[in-house]
Amino acid sequence: MDKWYEKAGPCADVAVSTRVRLARNLSEYPFPARASQKELKEVEDRVKNALLSGNSVLSRDFSFLALNSLTQEQAVSLAERHLISPEFLSAKGEKGILLSGDESVCLMINEEDHLRLQVMREGLSLKEALETADRVETVLSESLKFAFDREFGFLTQCPTNLGTGMRASVMLHLPATAENGSMARLSENLSKLGLTLRGTYGEGSQVMGSMYQLSNQITLGLSEREAVDNLNAVSMQLIEEERKLRHQMGERLAFQDQICRAAGILQHAKVLSTSEFLEAMSLVRVGIASGVLKGLDWGAVNALTVHTQPATLMSREGKTMEERERDACRAQMVRKACGALREAV
Amino acid sequence: MLCESCGKKVATTYLKMVVGGRLKEYHLCADCAREKGYEDFLESWGLGSLLTGLIGKQERARDTLCCEKCGSTFEEISKTGKVGCANCYSVFREKLLPVIQRIHGTAKHVGKTPGGSALRVTEQPGPIVAVKSSPLEEKKRLLKEAVEAQNFERAAVLRDEIKELEENG
Repeated sequence: MDKWYEKAGPCADVAVSTRVRLARNLSEYPFPARASQKELKEVEDRVKNALLSGNSVLSRDFSFLALNSLTQEQAVSLAERHLISPEFLSAKGEKGILLSGDESVCLMINEEDHLRLQVMREGLSLKEALETADRVETVLSESLKFAFDREFGFLTQCPTNLGTGMRASVMLHLPATAENGSMARLSENLSKLGLTLRGTYGEGSQVMGSMYQLSNQITLGLSEREAVDNLNAVSMQLIEEERKLRHQMGERLAFQDQICRAAGILQHAKVLSTSEFLEAMSLVRVGIASGVLKGLDWGAVNALTVHTQPATLMSREGKTMEERERDACRAQMVRKACGALREAV
Repeated sequence: MLCESCGKKVATTYLKMVVGGRLKEYHLCADCAREKGYEDFLESWGLGSLLTGLIGKQERARDTLCCEKCGSTFEEISKTGKVGCANCYSVFREKLLPVIQRIHGTAKHVGKTPGGSALRVTEQPGPIVAVKSSPLEEKKRLLKEAVEAQNFERAAVLRDEIKELEENG
């Protein structure tokens, strides 16, 4: 089955992926930080049963993955693919996730809340992602009683998630906006709208290959629909602005030169670190979007970006590797995938 | 300017916060800033300490109330920034309310409710569309009107049309 990220989505030239996450807790159990091992286990069993034992289409599509049954690489790879949070990975105890066949829907059990339901989509597809999350949540709510309060909404361990418990985000590739130096001002303005712009892996993470995550901050007092509509409107503005700036940059010979050199690195390098790959790929993305390069589609670009991350690469190769060996392996994968990449004349 | 928290000392810490999409500004003195957790602003920007700052420290000492469900006290909640269980939100409602209002700018949920739909909630109900009756029902209604009005000629025509419709229907 094709994974969700192996496809190209709407506005793929700037919007890489969309994510919608819902936080839920079972009303009769203490929140994870306060629950005993026995209670956590019961929560896990109940969530598993709610999804897997039903006779719905959903139940057939999902499988349970116990974190301690995975190798270190496989587990870290889940975080690299944004399926689980780094916190979930480092937490001790028996933990597991429910994952759909195409990896687009993932349920983290007993992370910060009993349940973190997450839907991923390619490109800018907020409404579609919310629809899926809503549907899965509704199915779960038929057999699970979620903690809810009429004033505070869905109750969460951390009061910052109260209300809808929804965090929606769009991963945007903004090299021209960043180059233009308007990122700081932009961040400040966005925060006035209850939105935040962060690095690749969310809170406190650094920016890699000019990838930024735009997400909603307020969860109480704004409905899921309103929050997603706001996010969509701002995303579209950022995308338009980025396109305009790219167009201006693209006309400069020096910039075309940078793009073609980056393509050369991807096609010919024998050793390639993650950061060098991401920097070069960032330029190649712009090259494809602006018509300077052709021969590589967005699905292939996204798949390559996911597959060449350190743990994902090792997990796919089925062995642990030293950095040097990994960089050589990555270079080989990239050369192969970028073979058809060429200048569009 | 004087500290907006204690109103006694000179404010030295200027705090900007976005609450509910609106920018709020606070001026605090060094002591109140420390008390509310804004001392090492950049280092202690973690959520736990932020919440601790919002909840305030004075309230903790004289607190003995605890949640009968999970055993959490308000002191524990404000220290960790984590609420113990769903019941805590009822037990400590009064104390949590101002914190929640400061985080979100409101304390009134809008959106999905259990079993409801996240997508339908904000949609305005559409205009009421009258259900059209079938041609047969329409003719029966007209026949009744005609009979009542003693317009028997019209009634006879309608009766034949109805008969035809029923036979072909």
